[in-house]
Amino acid sequence: MNQHILSILYIIASVLFIIGLKMMGNAKTARKGNLLSAAGMILAIAGTILLHEGEVGNIVYVLILLAIIIGTIIGWTTARRVQMTKIPELVSMFNGMGGACAALISLIEFQHLFPFDHVPPGGSQGHSGTLICIISGLVIGSVSFAGSIIAFFKLNGVLDKPVRLPRYNYINLLILSVVAGISILLFYSASPITIYALLAIALLYGVMLVLPIGGADMPVVISLLNSFTGVAAAFGGFLYDNHVMLTGGILVGSAGTLLTVVMCKAMNRPIMQVIFGAFGTTASGSSVSEKGTIRDISVSDTAALMNYSKKVTIVPGYGLAVAQAQHAIHELQTILEDHGVEVKYAIHPVAGRMPGHMNVLLAEASVDYDKLSEMDDINPEFPNTDVVFVVGANDVVNPAAKSDPASPIFGMPILEAENARNIIINKRSMNAGYAGIDNLLFYNTKTSMLFGDAKNVITKLVSELKQM
Amino acid sequence: MEQIGNFLALLGENEQMLYFVILSIFVGIEVIGGVPTILHTPLMSGANAIHGVVIVGAIFVMLNTAANDYLSLTLGFFAVLLGTLNVVGGFVVTDRMLEMFKKK
Repeated sequence: MNQHILSILYIIASVLFIIGLKMMGNAKTARKGNLLSAAGMILAIAGTILLHEGEVGNIVYVLILLAIIIGTIIGWTTARRVQMTKIPELVSMFNGMGGACAALISLIEFQHLFPFDHVPPGGSQGHSGTLICIISGLVIGSVSFAGSIIAFFKLNGVLDKPVRLPRYNYINLLILSVVAGISILLFYSASPITIYALLAIALLYGVMLVLPIGGADMPVVISLLNSFTGVAAAFGGFLYDNHVMLTGGILVGSAGTLLTVVMCKAMNRPIMQVIFGAFGTTASGSSVSEKGTIRDISVSDTAALMNYSKKVTIVPGYGLAVAQAQHAIHELQTILEDHGVEVKYAIHPVAGRMPGHMNVLLAEASVDYDKLSEMDDINPEFPNTDVVFVVGANDVVNPAAKSDPASPIFGMPILEAENARNIIINKRSMNAGYAGIDNLLFYNTKTSMLFGDAKNVITKLVSELKQM
Repeated sequence: MEQIGNFLALLGENEQMLYFVILSIFVGIEVIGGVPTILHTPLMSGANAIHGVVIVGAIFVMLNTAANDYLSLTLGFFAVLLGTLNVVGGFVVTDRMLEMFKKK
């Protein structure tokens, strides 16, 4: 009886996941969609605890509840308190936790099947289906966990340089073959040492997979690892013949893979090149030899220029978020609009550290959703724009992406800011952008550089404008 | 040859499961199709929370473990804890992001 009710709860939960995810694809229904998925999750978890028939003592239930309570408190407070600029790190961290959970499940199930003290003589005979699920869950979960942790530290700035061993592709291939080798060995001799060896080598692979990848490609990596964890969860579903785990896992696995592909498209970086390629190592610098000169502009000149413009377009980048200037930029927008200037934001698909991250940051500063224009809509408007104000963005406006085949970002779709009448770029210094390459736009004759901390400069701009 | 036979048998026995998997893959792709770029981050984060359903497996593990199997209980405890972090953190942070889109 209970088992039947549980099955029905699982069906409801699965449907809620699907509807929730679908609703999240539309800005109007997104929040409700997320809550629906969460409701499905609560049904699945509570139902499992209350209705699944296990013959265990109360102590086990106490332990489960304790783990859930601790996890809820930590998860809730971290998610509530974290700064919006740190969202990508956080998503990566939570993803790693899911991967670790999947790997632990496999580890324990393996021990249930092949206990330490008496390894069954027949080896894995008759268990091959189960063993496939255990091995896959363990390997994929561990890779996802280790990779996510490395991605976390990279986004955090702890690991800021891509670490590249010579011939790392061959090393990784070697590690991967060892993973495959040990996995096959497990079918012949299912000993505890072998499974722990597999765990260790899978973790190593996760580290080695992400370590050589540059920070600019981290969103793609997180999205990929996200779908990995989904697949690991799905293997857990196979293991227990549990359909809610299967639906949830596969849904995320396939949706995550598609999302990864879409992101790669937005950055024009083939997925293979992200993982096996060499971003930034092919130091180009060919065309940037004849650099030209850089012009400075003062805050008051900038204010005057903007004040007498008809149309100003703001190109925000991650630098804006780092300087916590999203509120200041909203103030600038408001005062310009009060002075009769048309203001728009041009959002590159990968502005920030994740696709859509910049929208989240600006929304936090209560910038109107309708003011944000996507790249394809705003690009034709640049020739009619009086001033483009680039704040903390760099690679996404670099014309080298269109003109210099030697540039590592060649082919990436960019915001065509160079077509505007005036370009003002706010930067802290002349350092290169995230991708570590020089920007031709800085040397454009229409460009003026407004040096200084974004928040500081924008606040000054606002007070200048107030006096006009 | 025998190995191949075994493998085919494994697939055949799980025919329903395989249908289930294939259809779910299509549902996943269908559900994501045509999502505007601005929603990619919340969507990734929401999907991230959904794969936290792996916690159901962690609870199963605990409920199948004898009360004196301390190693499994300890590992299981951490599995449930980490799974909860994934679920709760994932949904809450997604909600926080989407909350901002609402303020118009």
